[in-house]
Amino acid sequence: MEVRLDALTKIFPSRNRKSKDTVTAVNNFTLTIPDGKLVGLLGPSGCGKSTLLNLICGIEKATSGRILFGDEDVTDLPPEVRGVGMVFQNYALYPHMTVLQNILFPMQNFKGEKKLTKEQMLEKAHEAARLVQIDEYMERKPSELSGGQQQRVAIARALVKMPRILLLDEPLSNLDARLRLQTREELRRIQRETGITTVFVTHDQEEAMSISDMIVVMKDGILNQLGRPQEVYDEPVNLFVAKFLGTPPINVFRAKIKGESLIIGGEKVLRFPGVKDRGVMAGIRPEGFILRDDGALTLSLSAVEVMGRDTSIVSTHPECEAANIRSIISSENEVDEGAKEVRFDLKPNKTFIFDAQTGERIAAAPAPLREDA
Amino acid sequence: MKNDRKAWLYLLPAILFLGFFMVYPLVDVLIYSFEEGYNSASQTYAGIGLYNYSYVLHDPYFLQAVKNTFILVIITVPVSTGLALLISLGLNSIKKLKELYQTIFFLPYVTNTLAVGLVFMILFKKTAYTDGMVNLLINLFGGQSVDFIEGPYWAKMFVLCFYTVWVVLPFKVLILTSALASVKQDYYNAAKVDGASSFRIFTRITLPMISPMLFYLIITGFIGAFKAYSDAVALFGTNLNAAEMNTIVGYVYDMLYGDSGGYPSYASAAALILFAIVLSITVINLTISRRNVHY
Ligand SMILES: Nc1ncnc2c1ncn2[C@@H]1O[C@H](COP(=O)(O)OP(=O)(O)O)[C@@H](O)[C@H]1O
Ligand SMILES: [Mg+2]
Repeated sequence: MEVRLDALTKIFPSRNRKSKDTVTAVNNFTLTIPDGKLVGLLGPSGCGKSTLLNLICGIEKATSGRILFGDEDVTDLPPEVRGVGMVFQNYALYPHMTVLQNILFPMQNFKGEKKLTKEQMLEKAHEAARLVQIDEYMERKPSELSGGQQQRVAIARALVKMPRILLLDEPLSNLDARLRLQTREELRRIQRETGITTVFVTHDQEEAMSISDMIVVMKDGILNQLGRPQEVYDEPVNLFVAKFLGTPPINVFRAKIKGESLIIGGEKVLRFPGVKDRGVMAGIRPEGFILRDDGALTLSLSAVEVMGRDTSIVSTHPECEAANIRSIISSENEVDEGAKEVRFDLKPNKTFIFDAQTGERIAAAPAPLREDA
Repeated sequence: MKNDRKAWLYLLPAILFLGFFMVYPLVDVLIYSFEEGYNSASQTYAGIGLYNYSYVLHDPYFLQAVKNTFILVIITVPVSTGLALLISLGLNSIKKLKELYQTIFFLPYVTNTLAVGLVFMILFKKTAYTDGMVNLLINLFGGQSVDFIEGPYWAKMFVLCFYTVWVVLPFKVLILTSALASVKQDYYNAAKVDGASSFRIFTRITLPMISPMLFYLIITGFIGAFKAYSDAVALFGTNLNAAEMNTIVGYVYDMLYGDSGGYPSYASAAALILFAIVLSITVINLTISRRNVHY
């Protein structure tokens, strides 16, 4: 089922009763989610991700804008009839019901033609439980399960009614690192097997990048960028998106363009043909550094960490926004750990410039300083 | 071993206290109830046996008290709990008026018995000037005035039940509103997304989630109603036997201190019968609740 959000807006009255301020949790959000795709909704805490999901499933009423499932306008429908499956951030499994009863619950609410016999319900429940591999625990109460198992029960409960759309609100945030990795692969597998259009909320960019067909980056209720994960990573539209994606994060420098060249701390590091003189913020991905004795950018070396295939170089620079600069290079390079300085050339496709005030990306095709690079 | 001894040491004050104020009187009452022909002046007795029980069980006043108590229990516990649940559900759904209503319903709980008694006088009591509000209402619909305080048995019983429900309601409403408020909104949201109707959300989510509190109220309600006495006195005066409005506890009290009193043996026997009834009902209640409350 294709999902279309059209200028969707949600304004909350302030939680503080005395104040008249309002919170715009979702702001003029327009987005089309193609049928059968897994979309990662990504943004910092409090940017309106949960609110957006609640709007799609109907728990919250939109202040303005429309929501369409296929051709059907569901904006004014109550959640009961929208046919959405939802996995809540804290799972919201009914604590007084067993795993089986939890999974049966949505089917027992079917009315009219959709009504199932007891046997059919049991069969579907077991099928869903097998899909998420919790069929051994059907008689247990949620409190007797681990976080990962509870999460799978929540997924089974959301899947069992064959929802038109599956919504997952930070489903992995309560799991430990190993289980998280394992479960996210499983989520991907289940989504592929069922082909249900899925929106997956997370504030962890790596999670979103690894399993999504498409990611949506939002900030303060506003959609910032939409695209395939690699696309968004390679071509961020603004400084926020560039900073939000990637581990280690992008290194940001206060810099300027002068004579069609990017200048960081007095050093000419890259050419930006066609860009007028101005102050900019320069973002360089950790993998955008090329170690060279006569490199264009000089950094003060703090530490060298060899990690198998890669070497991570930690350094500092007065014009860098963050305390440390991290650059990742192949460990085949020899780095003199005792040296005071380390010099790099920059890869043009890993270096972005942004407007110093608005943070908007300045569209430009950088070129290397020398011909042999 | 050492820890064990320490634990007992810490428990000692509580055990002494309980022993002195609860176990000792219970044993004492037990002994009294088997002493036949006890004379409180000379503190002597004629023999040991079941005569006291036989006397009490054949005493029409006692049987009347048992009947009254059971009617009171059977009517007021379900009615007050059910009403409290309805009111709490209402309170929970009207967010804006919640605080106001909570105050209104809690009022009888904080106002003293005298004030409540006063309200009841206005509602039910016949005086030289008025037949009471309820009678005015009955008259309005073309009915005959009823004397609720000195009239027929059912009218008096009605007033007693009404009064009891009225008095216990605020506490139950308070407990249930907080129980309802503590059910996380997430469960309701999940159930709505799962397509459940309001009725099913109530029976499958709300009721089970507040069932521990509900059972707590039912059990304490039973115990409280079996111990009823002061409410009857407040309404019908101290000569409850004459008014046919006595309760078991009232009977025990009368046997000890009433006009026809001075019979600690009969009082003890009656008290132990009440104890047996309350104990067995509580055990039944707990068994049922254990089977139905899962957490
Ligand atoms: N019911 C509500 N009333 C008032 N403000 C709310 C309500 N729900 C969410 N908000 C506000 O809306 C913003 C977005 O919240 P949320 O969607 O939960 O963010 P996220 O899930 O991305 O962390 C936050 O500033 C939050 O405080
Ligand atoms: Mg959230």
